Amino acid sequence: MYGLPEERNRSQPAEPEDTALRDSFEATIAADERIEPRDWMPDEYRTTLVRQIAQHAHSEIIGMQPEGNWITRAPSLQRKAILMAKVQDEAGHGMYLYSAAETLGVSRDQLVELLLAGKQKYSSIFNYPTLSWADMGAIGWLVDGAAIMNQIPLTRCSYGPYARAMVRVCKEESFHQRQGFEILHTLSHGTGAQHEMAQDAVNRWWWPSLMMFGPPDDESPHTAQSMAWKIKRFTNDELRQRFVDICVPQAAVLELTLPDPDLRLDEPTGNYRYGEIDWEEFKRVLKGDGPCNRQRLEHRTRAHEEGRWVREAAAAYAAKRARAEERLAA
Amino acid sequence: MTSTELRDWPLWEVFVRARRGLSHQHVGSLHAPDAEMALRNARDVYTRRQEGVSIWVVPTAQIATSSPDEKDAFFEPAGDKPYRHPTFFHVPEGVQHL
Repeated sequence: MYGLPEERNRSQPAEPEDTALRDSFEATIAADERIEPRDWMPDEYRTTLVRQIAQHAHSEIIGMQPEGNWITRAPSLQRKAILMAKVQDEAGHGMYLYSAAETLGVSRDQLVELLLAGKQKYSSIFNYPTLSWADMGAIGWLVDGAAIMNQIPLTRCSYGPYARAMVRVCKEESFHQRQGFEILHTLSHGTGAQHEMAQDAVNRWWWPSLMMFGPPDDESPHTAQSMAWKIKRFTNDELRQRFVDICVPQAAVLELTLPDPDLRLDEPTGNYRYGEIDWEEFKRVLKGDGPCNRQRLEHRTRAHEEGRWVREAAAAYAAKRARAEERLAA
Repeated sequence: MTSTELRDWPLWEVFVRARRGLSHQHVGSLHAPDAEMALRNARDVYTRRQEGVSIWVVPTAQIATSSPDEKDAFFEPAGDKPYRHPTFFHVPEGVQHL
């Protein structure tokens, strides 16, 4: 009757012919209730979630690098403190997500190893370089904006631990997006050179941000099944469209333009039509051939190695104290 | 990977009291080598925005739970006792303060 806590006790995949279990799983999904870690679930559901949550966690951790690049060069002490808080949040988001993935029966060590071995992906957006301070603005406004668009529906994802982690992440992300918008707004309304810097950053981050929603619906291999399982609630193209519609008026307030000559309002639908996305570039970057892929993984590996002594020291200290306590108790 | 790697750090469940007057609530989990580090990590991971005034960390392995497979039988005794709820009882029209 007793076992490990609900969040931690990995359910064993049942025999596939166990239709009662499958029926109960399908009924839970159909009733819009949540699947919890100890419930029976199809192997493919588990595999899909591990892939998606791990990729999401890795993105948070790798995503610390492009912005970490500017912490020492932030233009004021306040901007620096804010940027540090934001990058720290990203580490925290990575931790929430690794915890959620662990409820599915994988360990964080395994996931870190798979990332460092290049066997699991992270969002392609983090393979672009951050060339100026204005990139901190563009990342907050566009990259975090796109991330929020993706993450809000995930708070209703059918897998309980993932949905709960997303609630926490979404609450914190809105500060990220606003700080980015504010950086751009300040630069855009500053000197001519500052305005130009802001425009340059938006020009470089706009298209990669649209790619963050993933391939178009007719080329997205996992969408249909993920929608049926209520892991995903909207398709890639639906979310992308919503993002464009929100950004266009915001760009006007920033007095910056979006680098798309085909961008125009489609009166009947109220949606903004946008130009062709360069999916070849997307595939190239995803495959490892973006501007910073190698640098990002090398940096992550180095940080992991250089932190080894800290992990070992903490473990040795804990072991020593446990032995001392045992002696006292004896 | 050596034997002192993360993989040997136990898992801890984290409970946070949001403010005085409320009970501690489960917020998530983390790995840490000992209770002290678990508390420090919990502070950094789960209370960056003053979400709490008190934290508990509990070794995950120390928590016993009921099994979902036995859900029905385990909770069944409460299933046929709706009279434990006040709404079970019919109150005649006009009766007050009952």
